[in-house]
Amino acid sequence: MKFVDEFRAPELITKAGEEIRRLADPNRHYRIMEVCGGHTHAIYRFGLKDLLPSNVELIHGPGCPVCVLPMGRIDDGLSLAAQPNFIFAAFGDMMRVPGTHGSPLEYKARGMDVRIVYSPADALKLARSNPGKHVMFFAIGFETTAPSTALTLVRAKAEGLHNFSVFCNHVTIIPAIRAILDSPDMRLDGFVGPGHVSTVIGCRPYDWIAKDEGKPVVVSGFEPLDILQSIVMLLRQLRKGEAKVENQYKRVVPWEGNRAALRAMAEVFELRPYFEWRGLGFISQSALKIRASYAEWDSEQRFSVPGVRVTDPKAAQCGEVLKGVLKPAQCKLFGRECTPEQPVGALMVSSEGSCAAYYNYEHRKPVTIASAAAI
Amino acid sequence: MCLAIPGKIVEMDSQNAYLAVVDVVGVRRKVDLGLLQDDPPVPGDWVLIHVGFAMSKISEADAVDQMQTLRMLGEAEAAMQEVRGYGLENQEQSEPDQRWKQ
Repeated sequence: MKFVDEFRAPELITKAGEEIRRLADPNRHYRIMEVCGGHTHAIYRFGLKDLLPSNVELIHGPGCPVCVLPMGRIDDGLSLAAQPNFIFAAFGDMMRVPGTHGSPLEYKARGMDVRIVYSPADALKLARSNPGKHVMFFAIGFETTAPSTALTLVRAKAEGLHNFSVFCNHVTIIPAIRAILDSPDMRLDGFVGPGHVSTVIGCRPYDWIAKDEGKPVVVSGFEPLDILQSIVMLLRQLRKGEAKVENQYKRVVPWEGNRAALRAMAEVFELRPYFEWRGLGFISQSALKIRASYAEWDSEQRFSVPGVRVTDPKAAQCGEVLKGVLKPAQCKLFGRECTPEQPVGALMVSSEGSCAAYYNYEHRKPVTIASAAAI
Repeated sequence: MCLAIPGKIVEMDSQNAYLAVVDVVGVRRKVDLGLLQDDPPVPGDWVLIHVGFAMSKISEADAVDQMQTLRMLGEAEAAMQEVRGYGLENQEQSEPDQRWKQ
């Protein structure tokens, strides 16, 4: 199929690289943030950095749900799960994320009933098949995942299933971008906007970044060529002195988003006054909590939560890396105490975390599309 | 966890109106269509699936392209593992098409 072949064609990749070189003003240094962890993964996997001129720098954003979750929330979730007849259910990504006294997987090894699920609907199914136990789904994710959790709660309520609850850690991307733009040590020229979050929220929520902050945003797909094209589109705007929101990922992202998904979220969730993000601190109205009308299915309203706050291990510099102030390899623990096999910080756990991506693809330097195209 | 997996709607579930059986390169699982209720897909349509819920309708060409993207990202196996993990209800299961193997 031609369409697919095009994406794989190295000559198009090379062409996009050339166009980026042509558009980038050699007297200017560009700092472009890719918001989504999926993009970070793709950028490292394909060695896209090698195709960019040295004055076009990619800064890795906060869009990795596992990475921005503070350790205290994991501790809180695990402490609830220590109750008798309790099942702790979470996505596989969460299983190796360290809490103060170990990861969910280590708790499982010590005898806690910890289950990996691939869908919140499957956590609900666990509750149906284990009527004598309480099933808590430890929910993480941005707007991509939050509608599915919401709809699962709608289903639980409709069924009157009372041995199920959600420990909600859903966060929203816009306040995180605002916090980054407000951060004094951060200077950015534009954003590669998240792909799958935008299938839900659409492109309008980014308008203020263009209008008020004067920074272009291009919502992007995940192929190497998608990302390079998005950088071309950003540089074209910057060259013309424009700042607008564009959609490079039209084949998947509708401009208006998914209204049914937004309705499901509005039915179940409301904004928390504030929420702690690893590396970014407390950000107001940046996370979702479950509405009082769903209190019975909210682990935090139903059980007493310790509300643990844990500072990250001192030597680990996850916060600086997360904000793009430090590169992964500049952290003192990188590749020594902290590796994907033995992660100290969450950025090393998820494949979308910049440390794991850097470790797997940059540190070990495999053959990349960029280097293959150059042959 | 931000995987978006392309699948084809095979049939609607007879008991739950919001569920449908989808086929993802030979593996069949039930997914929830509730997030597409404004423009409900019908058998034969292609959708992108995220954590067991259909998130958007796409064209067949885009579905093929998306599977290719997953393969290029080294995530096709993780995607198939996720799909196989949905439901645990022992739907009929054939071996995934070898074309998608990495």
